[in-house]
Amino acid sequence: MNLHEYQSKQLLSDYNIPTPNGYVISSLELVKKYIAEFENSAVIKAQVHTGGRGKAGGVKMVTSEIEAYNFAENLLGKNLVTHQTGSKGIKVNQILIEEASKIEREIYLSIIIDNTVSSPVIITSIEGGMDIEDVSKLMPEKIKTTICSPLLGISNYKIRQICKDLEIPENLKNEFSQIVLSLYKLFIKNDCTLIEINPLVITKDEKIIALDAKINIDDDAVFRHPSLKKLEDKSQMSPLEALTNKYDLSYVKLEKGKVGCMVNGAGLAMATMDLTKWAGAEPANFLDIGGSANEEKIIAAFKIIIEDKDVEIILVNLFAGIARADVVATGIVKASKETSSKIPLVVVMRGTNSEEGLSILNNSNLDIISASDLEHAAIILKEKISGGK
Amino acid sequence: MSILIDENTKLLIQGVGKDGSFQALRMLEYGTNIVSAVHPGKEGKKFENKIPYFSSVNEAIKKTNANVGVIFVPAPFAKDAIIEQIDSGLELIVCITEGIPIHDMVQIKAYLINKNTRLLGPNCPGIITPESKTKVGIIPGNIVKPGNIGVVSRSGTLTYEAISQLVQNGFGQSTCVGIGGDPINGTSFVDILKLFEEDKKTKAIVLIGEIGGNKEQEAANFIKTHLSKPVIATIAGHTAPEGKRMGHAGAIVTGESGLASAKNKALSDAGVHVVESPAYIGKKVSEVLT
Repeated sequence: MNLHEYQSKQLLSDYNIPTPNGYVISSLELVKKYIAEFENSAVIKAQVHTGGRGKAGGVKMVTSEIEAYNFAENLLGKNLVTHQTGSKGIKVNQILIEEASKIEREIYLSIIIDNTVSSPVIITSIEGGMDIEDVSKLMPEKIKTTICSPLLGISNYKIRQICKDLEIPENLKNEFSQIVLSLYKLFIKNDCTLIEINPLVITKDEKIIALDAKINIDDDAVFRHPSLKKLEDKSQMSPLEALTNKYDLSYVKLEKGKVGCMVNGAGLAMATMDLTKWAGAEPANFLDIGGSANEEKIIAAFKIIIEDKDVEIILVNLFAGIARADVVATGIVKASKETSSKIPLVVVMRGTNSEEGLSILNNSNLDIISASDLEHAAIILKEKISGGK
Repeated sequence: MSILIDENTKLLIQGVGKDGSFQALRMLEYGTNIVSAVHPGKEGKKFENKIPYFSSVNEAIKKTNANVGVIFVPAPFAKDAIIEQIDSGLELIVCITEGIPIHDMVQIKAYLINKNTRLLGPNCPGIITPESKTKVGIIPGNIVKPGNIGVVSRSGTLTYEAISQLVQNGFGQSTCVGIGGDPINGTSFVDILKLFEEDKKTKAIVLIGEIGGNKEQEAANFIKTHLSKPVIATIAGHTAPEGKRMGHAGAIVTGESGLASAKNKALSDAGVHVVESPAYIGKKVSEVLT
């Protein structure tokens, strides 16, 4: 689960990590009031769940009331298109207006869980303000990582080393160390998978402030944080994402694919996409219907697949273990009737109740070709695709 | 011979709710020796009129000598169940549960250091040894056949796919192991490869990897230096877009090493017989072994 910047900063404040003075607003009328409070020197930032806001024009330093108003007017209620959003963009419902800071230095500070060492890792860089991926390409020696112990937390000597790496001035070392400790505590207590502060700045009057903040919470752990759950902003989801969320389906759309894929199991779903490509066609999606799929879920999955107007054929690949093939077959037949879909299906069905499943499909009026295994399915797909051209 | 489980396996099942009891029945049908069950509120009763329920893992082991534990406990309570089983000294724990918070797994992984317990999973289909008719987990018993091929995989249904092709081509399995789809898990490819190398019954190994992480590269390094048996491998996710999670929590490409092509290359360089799609595993095994 992603938090908005303003929500992340609130969480930082709760842990005594300084953030700029600011207000989150959803109506233009308040812009005047706050820009006056900040004496015509503020930063306005779109609050959206996507990266690349700055480059896409979602962030601006403003120095007059009129400039602030015009920028806010161009953001609020409009869609912001970044390199991560696709061409439709993502709707800006809120903006953050913050007091501008006089920056002396910018630092990069983040905490993640590094799977290769199965531990939380603190990542720092003296080159703050830049995209960390650019830093790692251009000057990897400027990135330092500190592995923390899951049982002991972060030891003081490691914090002293971080201060040294980042050239923190003597008089700010205590305050900076406290910030690292608090951030680590926040990371652990709130089941974060990522906290990124870029930049953490030292101001000209020697204050340390988190100018930006990005926090992600482990979806699997949200159940034990009811107050964080309330922060989820569903308006940032596309209608398709909302639907897959509702039915607990794992779905990823691929651009311009023609073969819709409905599969049980994530590994098999990926392999089915690969097979489609091998057969000379582009897969349209990743879709895992999961182990305990009921009819309702299958119907939803089918609708999600055909919602994609590029889809010309659907490949169903089911290896039923816990799932039952007859249930899946019934769901597919119902969904095709409900939607009056004319899209042909290639079906591989094996495992629990697969004979019943296949007979349900074959006795329906749907355009179905059944394949005996994956290789056979690839051959049929190949014929179908080239035959259509 | 086989690895991890055999006719001496005495299984304890923890979490006998809807999924747990359905799978317990399948394990019993197949022939697994389930000796005890742990589920809150059921102590004193018996599952299917024959397997006694206990209130704690320690008590169940004391009364029934269980040596392997399987966990179906829901994700919010799974950490506690795993810790309880580690503390009881079980030699092997198989955790089927999906969706355990990653911070819980970080702690469990640290807790496991210097313990004599092996954890398989979580988020895995478990293990099956056809020769001794023993299965711990959810791999369907009717698709396997006794034989000489060891199977190890990060994915459940893709394991079934591989098994079914092996059988179609006339090859049985020594043991099939699913290590699970989570980014942090108890047992790696390398751990299982070591066991297959030592197992006299296993003549060749099928390895099924997927995008994300670097476990396949670790496997490739190990194969190059330590493995004498032939390995046939495939990687799922060549068409997966970067940065998107493909169902499994661990199946996400975030760097060069996570790419399917990088994994293919590492395995090929290590002398592994790599096939482009799982559809060709069976044929490749025939080719390599005959």
